[in-house]
Amino acid sequence: MKKSYTFPRALFGAPVARILWYPAPVSAIHSPLSPGIPRHFAVVRLTHWLTVIAFFALLISGIEIVISHPRFYWGETGNVMMTPLFTLHIPSSRDTVPTGYGYVMPDQNGWSRALHFQSAWALLLTGLVYCIFIVWTGHLRRNLFPAPGQRTARAFWNVIARYLRRAPADESEAHSYNAVQRAAYLGVLFILFPLVIWTGLAMSPAFNAAVPAAVNVLGGRQSARTLHFFVSGALVLFLLAHVTMVYLAGFRSRMRAMITGRASLPPELP
Amino acid sequence: MSPISRRKLITTGLAATAGIGGLAVAARLARRYGLIPPDHGGLYGAGETLNYAAQRLLSSRSLAREFPRGMISKAPFANAVAPPDDRFKRLQADGFTGWRLAVSGLVARPGLLSLADLKGLPVRSQITEVVCEEGWSYVAEWIGTPLADVLNDVGVLPQARYVAYYSADRNWWDSIDLAEALHPQTLLTWGMNDGDLAVGFGGPLRMRVPRQLGYKSVKYITGLAVTDSLKHLGTGLGSPGPEYGYTWYAGI
Repeated sequence: MKKSYTFPRALFGAPVARILWYPAPVSAIHSPLSPGIPRHFAVVRLTHWLTVIAFFALLISGIEIVISHPRFYWGETGNVMMTPLFTLHIPSSRDTVPTGYGYVMPDQNGWSRALHFQSAWALLLTGLVYCIFIVWTGHLRRNLFPAPGQRTARAFWNVIARYLRRAPADESEAHSYNAVQRAAYLGVLFILFPLVIWTGLAMSPAFNAAVPAAVNVLGGRQSARTLHFFVSGALVLFLLAHVTMVYLAGFRSRMRAMITGRASLPPELP
Repeated sequence: MSPISRRKLITTGLAATAGIGGLAVAARLARRYGLIPPDHGGLYGAGETLNYAAQRLLSSRSLAREFPRGMISKAPFANAVAPPDDRFKRLQADGFTGWRLAVSGLVARPGLLSLADLKGLPVRSQITEVVCEEGWSYVAEWIGTPLADVLNDVGVLPQARYVAYYSADRNWWDSIDLAEALHPQTLLTWGMNDGDLAVGFGGPLRMRVPRQLGYKSVKYITGLAVTDSLKHLGTGLGSPGPEYGYTWYAGI
């Protein structure tokens, strides 16, 4: 077994290293899948579940905010006096929005907006910790960037074809991500999350004053809002696919791995 | 699984102590440099404080985007509220000649200003966007007297930190920090798109704070109060908004 991560251990010594990647200083994802063998780092598990909480808070509060104006526009400006790009046919929490429904939903924007931004901060800080960790430990290079054999379209389509045939995964996937998983995780991490943060900030009048280009290159404030909606939708699609794959791969064992860090049942204590 | 070692316990303890100490120092510094908003308490206080502190640190002097004349919205949305009361209607019938802005608090020369007095001060026009927290927006030209010029005219005392502003609608008031109040785009607006500011849009006098959301741009302004603390105003949260969940700082 390869000994990894000498740099942080040399810097902080064994105790801190042990806190960072309990239970053992071995490359977790490279370990053979046997009972009680670590699969996910403590930092990865912690940031994963913090992200889950923050993402659901953002999703629920985001939906609540959309309900106050379920119309989307393109360009700089948009309001009920203008033609929308598209409209969600749902009731609204504002009587100024023509919805066709005979009633107005209760206003939930106050706490929704506060929760949205607080969760966004939590997600941003969690993401920073995660990104520093995966770069520092080599988790990004070793386990998330496509491995040498995974860098062709063929390798990618082989995995897709196998998913479609519902064929069992090969041995290596028990302890290593395949080409499609790596592409999906990298896409969420380095494309969708940066985009959703950017398009969200582009709706802030204070941020737009500080960095006008951030909203101008998107085509205007309403374009940023519409893009924010679609990028959020893409993140929800990823979430659905992710949970489906966890279910197909074995819900109990995958959940246990992400909660306890161990891929399978731990060995019985003597 | 091995029991927790003594060394690990000490290391963790030291790290936790350093963390708590660091937070305490950060809180002291934040208070000293005015990075704590009045509604910093409660469930969402952390997010509100981070939003406000980030803006104070990173962009307190930046200018809201101004647009070319061709981008002025042809159909702005007034989001009209009912004019407050009969007194307002009487003033309106009189062309608002009797409208007064009362300036009080930590100023050298408190007093009443008419719209004509305001128009005698430096006038500025800007083409900026009104951005509602609900998501909609429009661009208009706003003509008025910068709040900074009114404050210079009455002489702000050195201990001033906030400016509260009051609507003719008695339950409607808000406040901004002094940096926002002295910002060149914060405008006591009495004109819009080359005409008088219509009542639906907040006429005869509306506070425009273009770097924050529309709900900070209070309509029918009748009073300004310069203060060193927001604790004694209303419930002490800087505006009635936070009681309904709407944060005091609305730059996002």
